[in-house]
Amino acid sequence: MKNQIGSRFKQRDLAMGLLFVSPWLVGFILWTAYPLVSSLYYSFTRYDLLRPAVWIGFANYVELFTDDPQFYTVIYNTLFYVVLSAPLGVISAFLMGALLNTPIAARPFFRAIFFFPAIVPTVVVAVVWQFLLNIQFGAINSVLQGLGLSVIPFLSSPDLAKPSLIMIYMWAQGNAIVIFLATLQDVPRSLYEAATMDGANALQKFWNITIPMCTPVILFNLIMGFIDGFQNFTLPWLLTGGGPSNSTEFYALYLYRNAFAYLRMGKASAMAWLLFIVIILFTFILFKSSARWVYYGGERS
Amino acid sequence: MNMRLPVNAIGTTAGNELQRLRKLTPMGWFTEILKYGLLILLTVTYILPFFWMFTSALKNDAQVYVAPPIWIPNPAFWENFVNAWNSQPFNQYVFNTVVYYAIPATIGTVLSSAIVAYGFSRINWAGRDTLFYLCLATMMVPFQVQMVPLFMIFKKIGWIDSFLPLVVPAFFGNPFYIFLLRQFFMSLPGELSDAARIDGASEMDILFRIVLPLSRPALMVVALFAFIGAWNDYLGPLIYVHNNSKLVLALGVENMRRSMMFNSTISNAYPYLMAVSTIVVLPILIMFFFGQKTFIEGIAMTGIKE
Repeated sequence: MKNQIGSRFKQRDLAMGLLFVSPWLVGFILWTAYPLVSSLYYSFTRYDLLRPAVWIGFANYVELFTDDPQFYTVIYNTLFYVVLSAPLGVISAFLMGALLNTPIAARPFFRAIFFFPAIVPTVVVAVVWQFLLNIQFGAINSVLQGLGLSVIPFLSSPDLAKPSLIMIYMWAQGNAIVIFLATLQDVPRSLYEAATMDGANALQKFWNITIPMCTPVILFNLIMGFIDGFQNFTLPWLLTGGGPSNSTEFYALYLYRNAFAYLRMGKASAMAWLLFIVIILFTFILFKSSARWVYYGGERS
Repeated sequence: MNMRLPVNAIGTTAGNELQRLRKLTPMGWFTEILKYGLLILLTVTYILPFFWMFTSALKNDAQVYVAPPIWIPNPAFWENFVNAWNSQPFNQYVFNTVVYYAIPATIGTVLSSAIVAYGFSRINWAGRDTLFYLCLATMMVPFQVQMVPLFMIFKKIGWIDSFLPLVVPAFFGNPFYIFLLRQFFMSLPGELSDAARIDGASEMDILFRIVLPLSRPALMVVALFAFIGAWNDYLGPLIYVHNNSKLVLALGVENMRRSMMFNSTISNAYPYLMAVSTIVVLPILIMFFFGQKTFIEGIAMTGIKE
């Protein structure tokens, strides 16, 4: 009797739980699961939106790897960007969070300044930085010219375009800074006090307490940085349009072009799936490696 | 799991700071100067683009094309703001962005994410956590995988050149905000729901009468993020909404930039572009100014480990 009531409650809770999460569940099927399956199918077809899709097996994948020199340029650009931007973004945000966590006056003011770029529309970021970094009359180069120095072709040199984009990315790391600051403030003071008693200096405390205590959040921000980096589209699209000489033609840009400029939906879908697999692999590797360097304190519930 | 929000822990007051400074050794002074020097340098770097944007908006062409650059133009052409804004139907773009996109998408996101988060946190049912992890895992799915099939579906059902592809999916919950709200709901004591259940309240009653009123800060975070996300969105409208009369602000600014860059006869191109950029950033700045606490708490919440 009691069991029956218990199981009836359980059934009720199951029904209620499913009912409440049903918007996401339906959305998951409509906007995620179906597109995933569908784009996998399209990746094996030739499809230009006008004529019906034609099954061509692995031809899109074969073309990407054997008959599309642009593809390797795009992979190089993307890896260059991701491998540098994600760690550099995390390191700079972490250091700035640590700087904000030292005893300073007007901390909310500095925190607000460092955070703000993160919520500025990308279009505005692009327009303003394009002007700022302009080779002829941008603020930085005008100053250099005024001092009689040679100008820096931030966005017009193939060698500097990617580093310039990474620089702007680092400038807009406000989210990560705030997350790090909050994490740093949660590190128990008793740990530092104990270390001080044992005669540890500031650097030792930073290395042996601060960093280990922040590793879970470092992992989180690193994963987010990688996922965002691989999909990086709007800023390079607006700021450099993939140029100069394809030096900022990233994966997402080339994919977008294949889909909506060349109307090669099949090839774009193949690229999308390869991207998906790479993101899963990267995330998996990061999680696997985390056992070695991420410290989960005893406060884990 | 206990959610500690760091806001009040932050910040030494000016008085405390003075007291602390008085006790410093020479070595201490050296670090202090280094620290504040670094902070000021960083602050200048962070503000510089915005300062440049604003003061450039006040220039005429003669003040733009000079080296060394003019930081504070004199005379300042305040009329640039009006002229730049009226050079394109920006009022229409703002209307499109806010009324057709940002407001409905925000309502949809907050409502659906709250309902789903409730199901993932305040009701115990078999398979709940598995599904929740699946929900989190979908954040790994790149937009590019969804982009092509969704475009085809929306084209087939005639939604292209309308805001439906941007607004309708918002009503199905956003994994990131579901996560955020779930974390918040979990921090509320379970007894609240139990007491209400004994009194015969339905789950919907509990959500809307008890949980949501207690979650105002978290809901504000989601609403602010969702609104700003729509206000700033470029890629979504780029793919789905091309019709000139339905342009959003982000695309409007980009169109203006393109037309000016490729037509060298237009005068005051850069000042106008900077003026419009300033006006576009202004609402964000105002929202940030008044909702700073909400922003910072919300962002900090996303990084909190379980």
